[in-house]
Amino acid sequence: MLRVSQPVKKILVPLISIILGFLVGAIVMLIFSYSPMQAYSSMLRGALGTSSAIGETLRQATPLIFTALGFSVASSAGFFNIGLSGQALAGWIGSIWIALAFPNLPTYILLPLAILVGALAGAITAAVPGVLRAFFGTSEVIVTIMLNYVVLYLSTYLMQNIMPKSFRTSQDATQSISAHASLRMSWLSDLFGGSRINGGLFLALIALVAVWFIMKKTTLGFEIRSVGMNPFASEYAGMSSKRTIIMSMVLSGILAGLGGVVEGLGTYQNFFTQTASLSIGFDGMAVSLLGSGSSVGILLSGILFSVLKIGGLGMQTGAGVPFEIVNIVVASIIFFVAIDYVIGLLFKQRQTRETEQIATQKTQTSTTTSSDIPDNQEKKGGRIS
Amino acid sequence: MNMVSMIALIVSSMLVFSTPLIFTAVGGTFSEHSGVVNVGLEGIMVMGAFSAVVFNLTFADTFGKATPWLALIVAGVVGIAISALHAVATINFRADHIVSGTVINLLAPALSVFLVKAIYAKGQTDNIAQSFGYFSFPGLSKIPVIGQIFFKNTSVMAYIAIVIAIIAWWIQFRTKFGLRLRSVGENPQAADTLGINVYGYKYAGVLLSGLLGGIGGAVFAQSISGNFSAGTIVGQGFISMAAMIFGKWNPIGAMGAALFFGFAQSLSIIGGQLPGISKIPSVYLQCAPYVLTILVLVLFLGKAVGPKANGTNYIKSK
Repeated sequence: MLRVSQPVKKILVPLISIILGFLVGAIVMLIFSYSPMQAYSSMLRGALGTSSAIGETLRQATPLIFTALGFSVASSAGFFNIGLSGQALAGWIGSIWIALAFPNLPTYILLPLAILVGALAGAITAAVPGVLRAFFGTSEVIVTIMLNYVVLYLSTYLMQNIMPKSFRTSQDATQSISAHASLRMSWLSDLFGGSRINGGLFLALIALVAVWFIMKKTTLGFEIRSVGMNPFASEYAGMSSKRTIIMSMVLSGILAGLGGVVEGLGTYQNFFTQTASLSIGFDGMAVSLLGSGSSVGILLSGILFSVLKIGGLGMQTGAGVPFEIVNIVVASIIFFVAIDYVIGLLFKQRQTRETEQIATQKTQTSTTTSSDIPDNQEKKGGRIS
Repeated sequence: MNMVSMIALIVSSMLVFSTPLIFTAVGGTFSEHSGVVNVGLEGIMVMGAFSAVVFNLTFADTFGKATPWLALIVAGVVGIAISALHAVATINFRADHIVSGTVINLLAPALSVFLVKAIYAKGQTDNIAQSFGYFSFPGLSKIPVIGQIFFKNTSVMAYIAIVIAIIAWWIQFRTKFGLRLRSVGENPQAADTLGINVYGYKYAGVLLSGLLGGIGGAVFAQSISGNFSAGTIVGQGFISMAAMIFGKWNPIGAMGAALFFGFAQSLSIIGGQLPGISKIPSVYLQCAPYVLTILVLVLFLGKAVGPKANGTNYIKSK
């Protein structure tokens, strides 16, 4: 057993999870007689080997950072926003719609407008579970899962039946947006060997700082975190938990919506029929869980997961290993993050006087009045009622 | 098309589409009554569908007509195996139920498609040789009108699913096992005080949901899709979860809701053949199960319809 301090443990648990996740992937590959070394090295080459590969990896990280930030904001308030993919999809189709409707507006009007509308679409989609949770106590887990599918079917319907026909090239895809609405920057694409990297990356970096600022330095952020820790105490202290619940979901939806916007205006430049929930939704959730909700953590784990995703394609062509091994590794990493309690058992925490006191207090309260204190499981949003 | 054959078409396709949902939704009630939220039903169904198709393709020549039935057993066992992961994580390792369930949902499609590619060297399996097909009940199908609607060329699995739902209700609400299972989901401390093995019952609940969810996936693969690919199970697990909530955690209610959702799904597919229905945009029918579930949750506002300790980790005190 290792003796470590609390902050070191906070870093060690995700690191060990990552190592174990890759180990699981290697074992699966060995069982089917693929070579893990060859696979992982061609993965690294595929993700970071050329300047265009690095560009694609950064491009992939962009929406993941947004959706992960969205997840982390909601979970600071004690909510599980599983609706990230629906909110991102709403943002995607919303921004493309505006871009196609006003193709000739100058860039400095059209681009912000399209981004704003996309963010708004995400916010509205997320506000629904927020309002239902605040006023009816409806589990946001179920509502967001259900809304993912509603938005999925609705997006296809909107594109095929409501959008003017001139916006589409076929039943399954829209026209490409005009250059006025594009997030692509020619100097950036040239720098990274013509990859699809775009200005969304800068937006994502700004969002990382902005979310850190909002959560740590503003009243709203303080209220969100405080409601997440103890809704009853916050209410008693004069905060409106209803307002905070809705605001946190709206903020979360804006960020997820922006994730969709950068996919639309940056990566694909159009909208096309989606047959399943956007993968950036659940991947973003994974990024946030691995990064334990902090801005630096999200940036690093966002890059790690996009290395996996982009490198996975290189691995498939380079080493002949099916791409799906990447998602097995991702799922395993999150599994190990989820059972951090077990991984934490490996370390003995170095106890300072302060933590010792808290620890004794904790054991006292948990043995005597565990039924009287508000159930702190509730804040994880897992309660279905 | 005359009236009777039209109704017969609606009923039989409703039954076919509801069957996987009934199995999975009833499985979900076992898990949730034991206090373990199972959003991993989708992933469990994926593994069930995958294993059933692989078994069916491999052994169709050996077992002939019995293949799809044996595949159900295989799928059930695989379902138990994948749900065991969820059980260990949530019961012993104190993982968050939603995160662990999501891991199952991320892992299952990846693992199954990886295995398909590793085994068959392509992303999609061939079509299975032995499927469930249609069945006419001897005798019953001779009854005029009713026989033609309910018992002729229909899905026998649907009737088995309905029987299983009734048995599940009986187990959960009329047996000692069921009472204890529900007590663990309502108040694990109290149950533990009375000497009930809380962890054991939680395991039973989760593994039963794996068994039935795996069977649900297998039924879907062998009566509807006919092969396995990444797009075989897309949302059926979540619809089943919706059906479970819509049915207020009661297996018979869940069955009713599953029948209704199956009806909505089948309408969006056969609707084109029916006068009147073909005018409704299919998006309404596709969205109906999800929207209705949200409405039901909102309408039962505040009332704790689900098990009280659902989604919480029980940590046994030393």
